[in-house]
Amino acid sequence: MAEHDAVKTLDYKGLACPMPVVRISQEIGKIAVGQVVEVHTTDPGSISDFPAWAKTTGHEVVEIKQEAGLIRIFVRRKK
Amino acid sequence: MSIDVEKEMAAIKAQLEERPGAKNKLSMVVFSGDLDKHIASMIIATGAAAMGMEVILFYTFWGTAALRDPKKRAKGKNFMGKMFGMMLPRGRNKLPLSQMNMAGAGPAMIKSLMKQKNVASLDQLFEAAAMMGVKIYICQMSMDLMGMKTEEMIDYPGLEVVGVATFLAHAKESSIQLFL
Repeated sequence: MAEHDAVKTLDYKGLACPMPVVRISQEIGKIAVGQVVEVHTTDPGSISDFPAWAKTTGHEVVEIKQEAGLIRIFVRRKK
Repeated sequence: MSIDVEKEMAAIKAQLEERPGAKNKLSMVVFSGDLDKHIASMIIATGAAAMGMEVILFYTFWGTAALRDPKKRAKGKNFMGKMFGMMLPRGRNKLPLSQMNMAGAGPAMIKSLMKQKNVASLDQLFEAAAMMGVKIYICQMSMDLMGMKTEEMIDYPGLEVVGVATFLAHAKESSIQLFL
């Protein structure tokens, strides 16, 4: 089972600021309220940007996992 | 006592909604004709749109040249208009850098670095902005002054040529106002 029951994984590897938040803002509406999506990024700015984006847009960053060469961010759609 | 609480509340609510800076909105003046500043303005604009903000960009003075479409030509310009048309960059991919321009070597270097580091190009940023509903206004007076015409500007959804009052009306209700 996927971590945090993520319904899908979005591959944003290689994308730089501001594209990861631009993409997630367009994708979040495609999952149901309450569902979690897993984002893969290599942009270190995303570690601070996703929580800032979530705070402003009213969604939730459930967890950020930093692995070797990969950042995994779990985002829950809240509204 | 016969205070109509509901009526009072509605009045207060209306006042709150109309107070300056009440909207989740960004208004930015794009004054500069430099490539680096246009990249910055578009990154902020698309970022703000991603944050759920309404975004208004007001292009004025040297900024307007970035909105020229290199494939389009306008007819019926006077001498000064033609001069400005020749001197000013034909669109966003012809802009100089504010520093280290080195007769055009600088912008080429930045563009190649951006590609290498996978930073979205100005073309891609404009595309994203259009998709997210970032609104572009062009200052009518700037265009007039430099002899630019609407028909030589890029195709961008909802692009409008307006005056300063239009921008100010947007800026007043915006929670963020920037000048670049």
